[in-house]
Amino acid sequence: MERKTEADRQPAPEVAELGLEERPDGPAAAAMLAAGIGIFALGLFTILNEASVGLHDWFESWEFERGVGPLAGKTSLAVIVWAVAWIVLGIGFRGKDVDLRKWFWASLVLGVLGVLGTFPPIFLSFAAE
Amino acid sequence: MELSDREAWTVVHGLLAGTLFLLAFAGGLAGLWSLRAGFLTPAAIKERMRRLYVGVWVMAGVAWITVITGTWIVYPWYRAALAGEDYSGCAGAALPNATNCSPKDFLVSNVSGQTESWHEFGMEWKEHVGWIAPILATAVAFIVTYYGPRLIARTWLRAVAIVMFVGAFGAAVVGGAFGAFLNKVAPIV
Repeated sequence: MERKTEADRQPAPEVAELGLEERPDGPAAAAMLAAGIGIFALGLFTILNEASVGLHDWFESWEFERGVGPLAGKTSLAVIVWAVAWIVLGIGFRGKDVDLRKWFWASLVLGVLGVLGTFPPIFLSFAAE
Repeated sequence: MELSDREAWTVVHGLLAGTLFLLAFAGGLAGLWSLRAGFLTPAAIKERMRRLYVGVWVMAGVAWITVITGTWIVYPWYRAALAGEDYSGCAGAALPNATNCSPKDFLVSNVSGQTESWHEFGMEWKEHVGWIAPILATAVAFIVTYYGPRLIARTWLRAVAIVMFVGAFGAAVVGGAFGAFLNKVAPIV
C-alpha cells in the first residue's frame, strides 16, 4: 500500500475543523482510470469501424432500427466498457490507498489516445478499401 | 412562431442542454477553483460544497442527455439516405429537406458549394468526441463528491479534477460548435 505524498497536501485548518476522516485514493483512481479506458475504447472502436467491414456491420447492428448506423455500437460499447471498467476497478481499489499520480498519468495517456482515435483525419486513414 | 418536432428536438439537444451545460460548467469551475486553503470558513465550505455538488452532477447529467438525444433522436434525421446514391434528390436544393435530401445528403452532394468537408470533418468528429464529455464530467462529479471539502487540502488532486472538468468542456465545445455551424449550413427541418 502506497501512501499519499506530502506534496499532494497543504495545511488547511478550516478543513481540520470539520473533523473529516481521511479517505483512501483507490476509488478516485478507479474513476480516473475507467474514464481513460472508456475514452480509449471509443477511439479504438471508431478506428476499428473504419478498418473492418465486418465490425462496421456489427456496430451498426446495435442501432435497433433507429437509423443511427454504426455510431450506435461504437458509443454504446464504449459506455459499457467504461461502466464495467469502473465497477471492476472500483471493487479492486476499494479501501486502498494507491499512487494517484501514477494512475492519473496512465489515464491521461489512454484518454489522449482515445481522443486521437476520434479525430477524422486519423480514423479515416484506417478506412478499408 | 412554431417549431416542427425535429426543430424542437434540435433546440432541446443543442440550445437548452447546451445552455444548462455552460452554466453548470461555469459554476462548477468557479467552485473548484476557489476551493483553496485559507479562502473559506468552515461554514462557508459546507454551503459552497452543496452548490458544487449540484453543479458538477448537473453538468454530468446534462452532458448525458445531450449525447443521448443527439445520437439517438437528432442524428438519424441528419444521416438519413434520402437522395439516392447519386444524390439526385438534392439537385437544385438550396437547403436540406425531410423528403428527398437529408442534411448529410445535402453536404456530401456539394450542390451548394464545397460542403462535403462539413460532414467529413465536422460531423464525423462531433458525433464521436461529444461522448467524451459525459464520461469525464461523471468522473469529476464522483471525485468531487467522494472527497468533498478534503479537496481543499489536496492541491494536486484539485488541479487534476479541474483538468478533467475542462477536458469535458472542451469535448462539448467541439461538439457544440460544429453542431451550431452544421445547423447553419444544413439545418434539420
